[in-house]
Amino acid sequence: MGQESPILSIEHVSKEFYGNVVLHDVCFELRPGEILGLVGENGAGKTTLMRILFGMPVIAETGGYKGRVCIDGKEVSFASPFDALDAGIGMVHQEFSLIPGFTTTENIVLNRESMRPSILNDVFGDRMSVLDRPAMRKRAEGAIEKLGVKLDPDMLISEMPVGHKQFTEIAREITRSKTRLLVLDEPTAVLTESEAEVLLVALRNLAKLGIAIIFISHRLHEVVNVADRVVVLRDGLAIKDTPVAGVTVRDIASWMVGRHVATERAADVGNRGFGEPILEVERLWVDMPGETVRDVSFSVRQGEILGFGGLAGQGKLGVPNGIMGLFAAGGSVLLKGAEVALNSPRRALEMGMAFVSEDRRGVGLLLDESLEWNIAFTAMQIQDKYLKPILGGIFRLRDDEGMRKLTEEYVKALDIKCTSPRQKAKELSGGNQQKVCLAKAFAVKPDLLFVSEPTRGIDVGAKRLVLDTLQRYNREYGTTIVMVSSELEELRSICDRIAIVDEGRIAGILPPTAELAEFGLLMSGEAAAKDVGRASEASK
Amino acid sequence: MSENKSIGRFFTENAVVIVFVLVTVAAIPSSGLSIQYIVQEMITRLGRNTFLVLALLLPIYAGMGLNFGMTLGAMSGQVGLILAINWNVAGVEGLVFAALVGTPISVLMGYVTGFVLNKAKGREMVTGYMLAFFINGIYQLVVLYMMGFIFPIRSPAILLSRGYGIRNTLNLEGVRQSLDDALMLKAGGFAIPIATFLVIIALCLFVIWFKKTKLGQDMRAVGHDMTVADAAGVPVDRTRIIAIIISTVLACYGQIIFLQNMGNMATYNAHDQTSFFAVAAILVGGASVKKATIPNVFIGVILLHVLFVVTPRAGQNLFGSAMIGEYFRQFIGYGVIALSLVLYAWRSRQDAIRAREGLRGVTAAAKPALSEGGAK
Amino acid sequence: MNKIKQYVTDFGWPRIIIFIFLVLLFVAAPFVKVRIDASISDVLNRFGQNALFVLAMVPMIQAGCGLNFGLSVGIIAGLIGSTLSVQFGLTEAFGFFGAVVLSIPFAVVFGWFYGKLLNKVKGEEMTIAMYVGFAGVMFMCIMWLILPYNGPTMIWGYAGKGLRTTITIEGFYRHFLNDFLAIRIGNSFVFPTGMLLFVGFAAFLMWLFMRTKTGTALTAVGSNPDYARASGVSADRMRTISVVLSTVLGAIGIVVYQQSYGFIQLYTAPLDMPFTAVAAILIGGASVNKASMVNVLVGAFLFQGLLTMTPSVINSTLQTDISEVVRIIVSNGIIIYALTRKTKVTK
Repeated sequence: MGQESPILSIEHVSKEFYGNVVLHDVCFELRPGEILGLVGENGAGKTTLMRILFGMPVIAETGGYKGRVCIDGKEVSFASPFDALDAGIGMVHQEFSLIPGFTTTENIVLNRESMRPSILNDVFGDRMSVLDRPAMRKRAEGAIEKLGVKLDPDMLISEMPVGHKQFTEIAREITRSKTRLLVLDEPTAVLTESEAEVLLVALRNLAKLGIAIIFISHRLHEVVNVADRVVVLRDGLAIKDTPVAGVTVRDIASWMVGRHVATERAADVGNRGFGEPILEVERLWVDMPGETVRDVSFSVRQGEILGFGGLAGQGKLGVPNGIMGLFAAGGSVLLKGAEVALNSPRRALEMGMAFVSEDRRGVGLLLDESLEWNIAFTAMQIQDKYLKPILGGIFRLRDDEGMRKLTEEYVKALDIKCTSPRQKAKELSGGNQQKVCLAKAFAVKPDLLFVSEPTRGIDVGAKRLVLDTLQRYNREYGTTIVMVSSELEELRSICDRIAIVDEGRIAGILPPTAELAEFGLLMSGEAAAKDVGRASEASK
Repeated sequence: MSENKSIGRFFTENAVVIVFVLVTVAAIPSSGLSIQYIVQEMITRLGRNTFLVLALLLPIYAGMGLNFGMTLGAMSGQVGLILAINWNVAGVEGLVFAALVGTPISVLMGYVTGFVLNKAKGREMVTGYMLAFFINGIYQLVVLYMMGFIFPIRSPAILLSRGYGIRNTLNLEGVRQSLDDALMLKAGGFAIPIATFLVIIALCLFVIWFKKTKLGQDMRAVGHDMTVADAAGVPVDRTRIIAIIISTVLACYGQIIFLQNMGNMATYNAHDQTSFFAVAAILVGGASVKKATIPNVFIGVILLHVLFVVTPRAGQNLFGSAMIGEYFRQFIGYGVIALSLVLYAWRSRQDAIRAREGLRGVTAAAKPALSEGGAK
Repeated sequence: MNKIKQYVTDFGWPRIIIFIFLVLLFVAAPFVKVRIDASISDVLNRFGQNALFVLAMVPMIQAGCGLNFGLSVGIIAGLIGSTLSVQFGLTEAFGFFGAVVLSIPFAVVFGWFYGKLLNKVKGEEMTIAMYVGFAGVMFMCIMWLILPYNGPTMIWGYAGKGLRTTITIEGFYRHFLNDFLAIRIGNSFVFPTGMLLFVGFAAFLMWLFMRTKTGTALTAVGSNPDYARASGVSADRMRTISVVLSTVLGAIGIVVYQQSYGFIQLYTAPLDMPFTAVAAILIGGASVNKASMVNVLVGAFLFQGLLTMTPSVINSTLQTDISEVVRIIVSNGIIIYALTRKTKVTK
């Protein structure tokens, strides 16, 4: 750190995709051992910038870029990620690049395994060398130690918790001897708060060893915690480049969004009165891999917004998935007094519940189909909507016109950025895809809406829009909402009560105004604080 | 876990093998064949077919599924044998000659196959199957029209009466049984072709060693996840092609071994069923599209071929018609492949369900025992 | 210019090449003494004959079950129906529609079991489909030998037991559809109106079906089964429906084929038929999980056109019977090309 010459310098970099300007005249520098926090909304250009840096082929395929990228003062032009790797740049992506059936060690040294020569080398080349497994293990252990985490070198990735997978990824990057610059794209998105802490410490360790780090995150408090400098991208421009000292989360958020960040909470949140319970859950268990629910009982009052929080993997995501029949479940669930048959998505939907899954791409969308299909499908299948009768009702055909109107309605209401209602869902950005999933749920006009991780992977501006929309539907249509989220702040901003799930059980239910410390205690399994709302529940 | 559960487990995991053994054991008495005869047949067929089945291992390892394109290797071997007969090279030398001629052809064929399969990722098996048909056409073009016409053939005896094109049935007299006889052991009333088995064992050792090399590890990586392997810098396409090339070359040698044992070659049909028999064998032996081991190969060859030996006779004895017996054998063959594929798909889902059984239900005061859920 | 380029890429170079090749064959035909009118008649005939088989591919592709290499199962149901029709001595309209009506219950039952089987092996359907088809055909081979048919035209003459390999339907329902409203021009050209109308109607019904609630759900299952499940659609049920539909179309298809061809072919004849249907739909532009009516019609036409014209023209040119080899190379080559292409999604 200090006055050394920059290891990386981005000079007047611009990029456009088919006429759409995504980056414009971006400049900044990075010195060895410096941690740079790169911050920006979705669509601000962070991912594109990293793709340019990392030599991804998609950049060249779409017309290249303007400006210069310099390593150690010399201009570089990477034709592929391997060029970037050779130049010492390592990248840890949001989606893990790990082989589930391989062990930690094998993944860490993937394609850079230690080898011993064999007889066939002369005839058939280097790849006929035999693997030197003990040496491989040593290297892996070395990397794990550098990070300062606990990883089992012989465990299969498929059997690991998510946080460990992340650490394995990073360990892989730092085993490369040449790595001098490490880019991490939303590394803490899948980690619990404690794991994130460990990660940030590890990053600081790496920085001390002289590795420069670009840390992309929308968890602004982490950026403020660990970075030396922060660069804010907004709409393709680098609008701020400042040392972190003296900068608050609020400052960064306002720079990112460029508009006044709305106050946290509507006045009536936490103070409203409610009627009878609409949903009563007793002794629910759910077999959802990674989010097991063991024994959960709660009730939701008509018209309220109930939040579910808790650390990742503790089971909060299992609750809606189980009730909506996506994973094996058991126990008793009553909706408006009527029993809900579990393990049947159809029954749950027919009874008036809807679900926006946290697994957007896997469960939430038909990626190869149009937005119209995506939004109208559930309503069509469950409620027989968007079907027009033919020949006096002998059979019914898809009402494409009706589907289009519906889609246009929601494109407007939720500000979904797309080229037309017929655009394929896979072409939209993550945030807009999330809005499509919401639209699909709203289209069935549910009495009770489950939403899981509604703002995951969405930028601050769109986040607010999503939360506001949920509140609006709740206030205007009386839709009861159960919201599951890893972000305590957003739960506290719109929920009337917040339940914390720990180890598959509800540790406690708090009002949104409760102190953060109380939430923290519940999440770590300490003594339960006073439960709000229990008094008004019918005792079972 | 109680005794019952372990026995139940054993059955589900080895369902196909058990079903096969049962069907075979049931069919043996109805066939009227002696155990002596059956065991000898088993030995002969092991020698004849194992090499071919071993050729299927590496593509499965590299995630390319069942290599129906191995037929191309078989065809290359046949071309080699045709030329060996043409030039009157006899005995083991003849086989080596055929192998030498067949090797560059099968390398080329393997490369073409690998190239085509790379363009059809996710549909390798079907594409390989169709490619075999396609190259069959080319093979016929060459062997039926060009040999003797454009390619000079020295021995007119192997040509068709019209003057060009190889005869439908080629007498392999010069090389018949030459590998088998090279080291034939007669013991206990059985004739065991030691040389052939030595060759097979050598191949097994090669496969085992190969998996320990970097190339082997690369293939394994590619077989698990192509995207990740690619991102790590493993040359995915090249690695896959190499896997297919090795498989095709092995199929070439395997077909030569097969034909030297048969003694006669049906020039235009010998390779038709090659992939069917090899794939059937490995599946019956317990392999799946994604995973195959050397024991799968041996078990499969034994089971499949014993069944094939026994069922026609059993069919005839039970139903009284020659044709019925033949149809029955084919029905069993195809049906059993379908069955083994189904059983394995069913079994892997059962496995997954069983693994999660412990997590279900309301567990009163239990501490969370497994690490999957908790990120602590 | 861009639009044309886009259209060309969408339609695909191989199809264009095949189309041009086909046109060239037609152009070359008179020079090698092959009659154009007879050729066109032939192509139309074979198109109609095979179209339903190609149509049968659509439901399973759309539902994500892959290419139906097990079409033989449906064909067998059709064979049972048609042999029964001949056994009962039904002729003309009764013969044809009788065969169809008799086949359908078998097709539904077979398709239902076949569908249940495929549901248990999600992800490896195509390979299993192939072998189930083969096994089924072999099983029926045994059945044709032992079932108690006794229609005099059907069984082996002398001491033999069981049905003949080929049974003529002359006098039963041969050319029933073909001759319906047929247009004859000269000696060699017949436009098989009835058959083409029948095929068109079937395609229309399929098009309608894909636009119903069930058809939409079926497509969704093929597109993303988890999404469909989360929306309350039973993937298993949709897949079974698609298999039953495909099987029934296969059954009706073989009856249409027979009335045009003139014979009922038993024993191992159904083994190859699925492959030609698969080739055709792939040539028509379908992918492994998306197929449309256009794919069916274009594919069936191009493929049968090629199969008809290549041997007749080339044999006349080279004065030798090289047609079989050429057929193998051309038809399989096309399938491989289609399989190795990244085809775009069509609705």
